Amino acid sequence: MKILYGMQKPDEGTIAINGEQVSFSNPGDAIERGIGMVHQHFMLADNFTVLENVVLGGEKLYGIGSGARKKIKEISDAYGLGIRPDALVEDLGVADRQRVEILKVLYRGARILILDEPTAVLVPQEVDALFANLRELKAEGLTVIFISHKLGEVLSVADDITVIRRGTTVGTADPASTTTKQLAELMVGSELPSPETRESTVTDVPMLRVQDLALTVTDPDGTVRDVLAGIDLTIHQGEVLGIAGVEGNGQTELIEALIGMRDPDGGVITLDQDDISHVPTRKRRESGIGYIPEDRHRHGVLLDAPLWENRILGHVTEKPNSRGWLLDNKAARADTERIVREYDVRTPGIEVTAASLSGGNQQKLIVGREMSHAPKLLIAAHPTRGVDVGAQAQIWDQIREARREGLAVLLISADLDELIGLSDTLRVMYRGRLVADADPATITPEELGSAMTGAATGHLESPEDEAR
Amino acid sequence: MKKFDKDRLILAFAGPVLALVVALALTTVVLLASGRNPFEPYRIMFESASYVDVQVLIVNQAGTYYLAALAVAVGFRMNLFNIGVDGQYRLAAMMAALVGASVNLPGPLHIALIVIVAMLVGAFWSGIAGFLKTTRGVSEVVSTIMLNSIATALVAWMILPKNFGEQPAGSNNLTTGEIPESGWFPGLPMGDQAGEIYGFTFVAAGCGLLYWFVLNRTRFGFDLRATGASESAAQASGVDAKKMILTSMLISGAVAGLAGMPTLLGDTHTYSLDFPTGIGFTGITIALLGRNNPLGIAFSALLIAFLDKSSASLDQYGFEKEIATIMQGLIVISVVVSYELVRRYGIRRQQQKVGEELAAGHAIKTEKEAAL
Repeated sequence: MKILYGMQKPDEGTIAINGEQVSFSNPGDAIERGIGMVHQHFMLADNFTVLENVVLGGEKLYGIGSGARKKIKEISDAYGLGIRPDALVEDLGVADRQRVEILKVLYRGARILILDEPTAVLVPQEVDALFANLRELKAEGLTVIFISHKLGEVLSVADDITVIRRGTTVGTADPASTTTKQLAELMVGSELPSPETRESTVTDVPMLRVQDLALTVTDPDGTVRDVLAGIDLTIHQGEVLGIAGVEGNGQTELIEALIGMRDPDGGVITLDQDDISHVPTRKRRESGIGYIPEDRHRHGVLLDAPLWENRILGHVTEKPNSRGWLLDNKAARADTERIVREYDVRTPGIEVTAASLSGGNQQKLIVGREMSHAPKLLIAAHPTRGVDVGAQAQIWDQIREARREGLAVLLISADLDELIGLSDTLRVMYRGRLVADADPATITPEELGSAMTGAATGHLESPEDEAR
Repeated sequence: MKKFDKDRLILAFAGPVLALVVALALTTVVLLASGRNPFEPYRIMFESASYVDVQVLIVNQAGTYYLAALAVAVGFRMNLFNIGVDGQYRLAAMMAALVGASVNLPGPLHIALIVIVAMLVGAFWSGIAGFLKTTRGVSEVVSTIMLNSIATALVAWMILPKNFGEQPAGSNNLTTGEIPESGWFPGLPMGDQAGEIYGFTFVAAGCGLLYWFVLNRTRFGFDLRATGASESAAQASGVDAKKMILTSMLISGAVAGLAGMPTLLGDTHTYSLDFPTGIGFTGITIALLGRNNPLGIAFSALLIAFLDKSSASLDQYGFEKEIATIMQGLIVISVVVSYELVRRYGIRRQQQKVGEELAAGHAIKTEKEAAL
């Protein structure tokens, strides 16, 4: 993918576009050839309007004024994207942002679109809308490369499927005659990894109890806004509590209040009978909260630091990283090698910087690190985002195994299959409140999706309930 | 694994070497453009530096610079820009000189008192900036610049004879009075003509060792580096960012307070109007050039001190000694540019290398593979 977009050079092999052999030395070359990439992480400036974001870096194409606006309208109408050029990006939802990204590459004249895990952040209804957009693009003669690990989606949207595993093509498939199961076997070389947890390990010993948690923020203009209100939840030992919700509905703030990066304005957080509502982050970590952050680059790793220093991060006061006030670099290094081995982190060594590993391997290192301190509670935000199928299955296994040993897990994820499969209890978060709960054994992603948009509240059980 | 380490070493040197070569080339261009012989000044400077007395001057100057640069580097490692080292060290030196001149204690105690006062005053002055940043969010860049000016005014006022200063008979200079001999730090004599190396230069070297140890071997140092590398990640890992900012500002100020000590304890024994200024700003250059690394800073301090002291002889041969100042300025610019270039290259190169090694099957054997 990086090679197709000119970010990396191939050692061997050729790329041909419309029968013509090409080689790219940077993304600029790729764009010139009509290749556009929609990244998994959006590359948009929040405080700019859609129009400004689209023209940014492409000022020479149609100017920055009415010409650009006309072109944007034209593209938006042609493919049914429904873009409002003057909306601020920060006011847009995830799905809208994604459409802006798509429009951005079309604006630059792309005829071949690469979409990297585009559905990871969308609810099912939004996925359908995206697929409708993609079909429009296809109808207009554009080529779309759709990269995803969600097999059902691939089967429903693709005309042709290529399966890649560990850097080589392992097979091709025709979506019309292939089942999810066959495709999965191609992907992992064996049977399908599923997030399903088989037997329940939930005990009646509460590990984390949150009562009436509230958090407000003051906007620059002075208005006070509730970001969290009346949050009540209890996670028992051996229980995975999943929280579903469209991103930006308070999940981030909830996590940050639990880990101590934000001081709640009301309510009580109790971990294993101790009130930790206002305890500093380090104390909370020492008392057994493991944390897999949603944004690993911002909160999980030091990109420029070697792996073994990243192993110390967050646990500098704990063994084997330090003895008293002194670091124990030797023990930390040795333990990093253990984590690399046990958690299958693909790296040539522990002295390389975290930045030189792929996202999935960074994530495995983080999971390994957090699991190495025998946590009582694991806060896992999007634990498998941007992680390949093999690593995903492994991370699921690790969470399951720790849960069997009595770990309480708060799971926040945009991957509804993961949420439903891994959780013992499900709650839905909408506008800073927990508005609905559901039994993962009976709920479908579609039902959950409509609750996430605020359409359904209360206990989600049967389709009748959901319809109201 | 070894290969990565060698790479890192080469890259670590590539930055400063590239910067110095560029700076040297640009200086030569400046000399050519102004119609002067472009090579003669270098020859004169090197020749001058071959004399022992100049060498002693260079080492002594380097000791002072070293401390100032360490003070700046402590801040840099934390992503704090303490521009106020200059004010902190002048105020600290003056207060320490005042206290030192007004008491009589047995030798080591006297020296210790002076040094402690200097550290406390320096820490207090930088602490103001730290306090403002943590409580009111005032940028430390702005507040330390302001505090520099305030320190200048404060020193000028306090040194007036009607306040705490004195005016030696038959002189226009103002001083804080002479520190009794028990408060002089013994130096290392280098022969009759050459003078002596300030004893405090060795304390400075000790500070460098301590700096390395604290940063690389203690929990506190790890927290500090983590905060500098990524404040958000450090916060998530349990570092109290505010406490960290205040602590590192205090440490930076305390070290800045030491920067005046080699001169005060080893040479002048009083704070007067002609006490050296601008050390703090030179310290910024040196910390940048030395990449905040204690050994790197030592070499940079020696280099800048060499430019300073050996350029004095340029005047005698009809060259302006400001050539060295131009060179220092050019070094700063090229350092900033070349370090960033080398850093980006290093990241790209390592990513590529890791990719290659993995593709070639040189990954550490993991259990999953062993099971297959």
